[in-house]
Amino acid sequence: MLHYIGKRLLQLIPVLLGMTFLVFMIIRAIPGNPAQVILGQLASEEAIKALEIKLGLNNPWYTQYIDYLIGLFKGDLGESMRTVQPVSKEIWPYLAATFELAFFAILIAVIIGVNAGIISAWFQNSWFDYLAMVLALIGVSMPIFWLGLMEQWIFGIELQWLPTSGREDVRNPISSVTNLYVLDTIINGRFDQLGQVLKHLVLPGIALATIPMAIIARMTRSSMLEVMRADYIRTARAKGQKMFWVVYKHALKNAIIPVLTVIGLQMGLLLGGAILTETIFSWPGIGRYIYDAIQFRDYPVIQSGILIVAFIFVMINLFVDILYGLIDPRIKYD
Amino acid sequence: MGTKKIWSFMLLMLLALIVALAACSSEKETGGDKETSTDKENEGTTTEGATEETGEKVLIFGRGGDSVFLDPIAATDGESFKVTQNVFETLLNFGDEDTTINPGLAKEWEASEDGLTYTFKLQEGVKFHDDTDFNAEAVVKNFERWANGSEDKFPYYASMFGGFKADEGHVIESVTADGDYTVVFKLKRAQAPFLKNIAMSPFGIASPTAFEAAGDKFGDNPVGTGPFKFVEWKRNDSITIEKFDGYWVDGLPKLDKVVFRAIPDNSARLNELLAGGIDLADGVNPADGVTVEGDSNLQLFERPSMNVGYLGLTTTRPPFDNVKVRQAMNYAIDKQAIIDAFFEGRAQIAKNPMPPSISGYNDDIPGYEYDPAKAKALLAEAGFADGFEMELWAMPVPRPYMPDGAKVAEVIQKNLEDIGVKAKIVSYEWATYLEKARNGEADAFMLGWTGDNGDADNFIYVLLDQDNIGSNNYTYYSNDELHKILIEAQTEVDEEKRNDLYKQAQEIIFEDAPWVPLAHSTPLLAGKANITGFIPHPTGSDKLTNVDFK
Repeated sequence: MLHYIGKRLLQLIPVLLGMTFLVFMIIRAIPGNPAQVILGQLASEEAIKALEIKLGLNNPWYTQYIDYLIGLFKGDLGESMRTVQPVSKEIWPYLAATFELAFFAILIAVIIGVNAGIISAWFQNSWFDYLAMVLALIGVSMPIFWLGLMEQWIFGIELQWLPTSGREDVRNPISSVTNLYVLDTIINGRFDQLGQVLKHLVLPGIALATIPMAIIARMTRSSMLEVMRADYIRTARAKGQKMFWVVYKHALKNAIIPVLTVIGLQMGLLLGGAILTETIFSWPGIGRYIYDAIQFRDYPVIQSGILIVAFIFVMINLFVDILYGLIDPRIKYD
Repeated sequence: MGTKKIWSFMLLMLLALIVALAACSSEKETGGDKETSTDKENEGTTTEGATEETGEKVLIFGRGGDSVFLDPIAATDGESFKVTQNVFETLLNFGDEDTTINPGLAKEWEASEDGLTYTFKLQEGVKFHDDTDFNAEAVVKNFERWANGSEDKFPYYASMFGGFKADEGHVIESVTADGDYTVVFKLKRAQAPFLKNIAMSPFGIASPTAFEAAGDKFGDNPVGTGPFKFVEWKRNDSITIEKFDGYWVDGLPKLDKVVFRAIPDNSARLNELLAGGIDLADGVNPADGVTVEGDSNLQLFERPSMNVGYLGLTTTRPPFDNVKVRQAMNYAIDKQAIIDAFFEGRAQIAKNPMPPSISGYNDDIPGYEYDPAKAKALLAEAGFADGFEMELWAMPVPRPYMPDGAKVAEVIQKNLEDIGVKAKIVSYEWATYLEKARNGEADAFMLGWTGDNGDADNFIYVLLDQDNIGSNNYTYYSNDELHKILIEAQTEVDEEKRNDLYKQAQEIIFEDAPWVPLAHSTPLLAGKANITGFIPHPTGSDKLTNVDFK
């Protein structure tokens, strides 16, 4: 196992290196000059030239790329061109915000998605099955923008149950330690604010969970259906075991592997692809951080932001692969 | 697998859901016995529950984006100034609703005949938030700091005062203290908009003690003399400022705290206002104006217009190198229809490149009326009786001067079709759009401008002078006579004469028609009905000193 993990980590190096190269080339291929964007519309030609030199933008691309890589190996993610802050210092609050939201969303998606999938498979062709699958279909095809605004309208404005944006009650803010606010409230012992923070998570969490939930439900259902036709299930049932037991223990254990893959992929996607949700619910996350950076052609932020998200994505998948072995010992790593 | 089993399962799911929701509603209970828990917490923290218990007046201002810098001199974006305008003060202020010059940190000022020396008498007894005294020395130190900067650090200083200390174009010869409360500015050459420049947000006076100690990090902990002092900045999320007890004007500010929250989506921001999460929302869609007006809990604020939205015609690209074609474009477009449909009528038809609120506006310009027949005739005269094909660039982002670029482009496309011109609508991502338009790659492109200091020079010279080709003159329009007038106007200190020069300039531009000016829009804000004393400023940075709750 350790050998396997070591090998996988080694494989990471070329993957991430390739990633840096791709991102580096693509963002430089799109038109738009960072020096111009930074200096604004009133900037003079000379000032733009001077800033380009200062930022090293007039060097040949390979020099820039090598400088970037050397920095990376030293653990230096570069400095944001816009805010003149080191990316490594700036990025954590955004990453933490997204992480908290994504974790919450995947929790909702897994709990509801997996169970809905199981029940649908169990009661195949029942009204629940049809309803769940129709809902799942709507779920995958629902535009997040629309869903988000509807949620705000119903639960925020009409019912006044939940806050419609942000991460905390700004009239009574908490001081951030880890920037994971759920954790921060506990560390600070501010349990009154814990409720507020959780409330703020609900609407964006649901919006973000919708698509993964639908995908997980459908995946679980089809995987379960396949497994439930297997001989050992029939044997188990013939032995007179309770259906609940058969489904949740015997069948699920075998059906869950492909579902896990999907969950891992979705978690990764949520981390990088939550831009729309983050925009509607004004969630200060990594998606918006990178999106803004692209708007301003802030190369170091785009490069490092995408690199970090990619790294996490790969790590999650590694974690999922390791989980396979824990769930099903027959899976060999070599 | 009967229905019974499904029901029992549904029940199980419901149970799970209830457990999950209990996590949320238990907050309510913790809220209930908050008294006990917060009392304990209160020993350690100070702000806890202050809102309800002490009746602290907190205004939450929702806006489209976060600030980039809190050191005003480093910033160029409007969102930064919205905050710094309340933390810092300038020597001179703009009027409440216009860009006339009023006292600020300087109570009196005087200009010499030749416009080369300005003497400012300063307010006495003013303190910075860090208890440093505000005096002539502080002003000198601020200007020294700026003049020794570079364009990537202090961009507005360079563009307003012609560069830095060592630069040839630098307007300011010297800034010296004459006693404790008098500052003398000597200029190398007269600069007509000098006082207006001094009043701009970027030139907020900062505490010398603070910026000398903090260096590049001054923006992390800005210190000014303003009515509010900086508390906390959670990036991309919120900025909190609170009442400065030592503010030099008695009884002000009226609010205890202001929180600026970044809520990027316009509809989501209005939703948040309706849900009660914010008190004031910037950037309300024109289409939502009616909703706000119909809600008795809300009030609508109209920001006086200081912008122009236009369709630029690149004068170096055929057929737009032909003035008749450009005039024909002007006659072809139905501006009123555009304003009615996409600005909800909350805009004024533009006939000049600057809005009527700017002094020097030429109201005698007749403007091009919507007249397709005349447009067709002009095209025929120019040799394009059968029309031509062109690209029409549509703005990809909403801006106050252009709420929906794509839709407006469709109307223009239809208008042009009526005179036989086939326009293909294209659009790029914003930074790309600007870069390509700047390079003169567009036939016709939509764009706009919001004024910085309320001066005609900041519109006409910046947008249409030949000096600014490759910069903000995206149409590559060049006219020597116009150039001569605009340069003369820059140093003309006599207001009357100066206005005459700008009026002439507008006549020339009208004839040459490098643009189809479309609209001067009225940006909208919405707030709770109990807000008083809020006056939106045309520059977009609002002073919240007098704002209060009923």
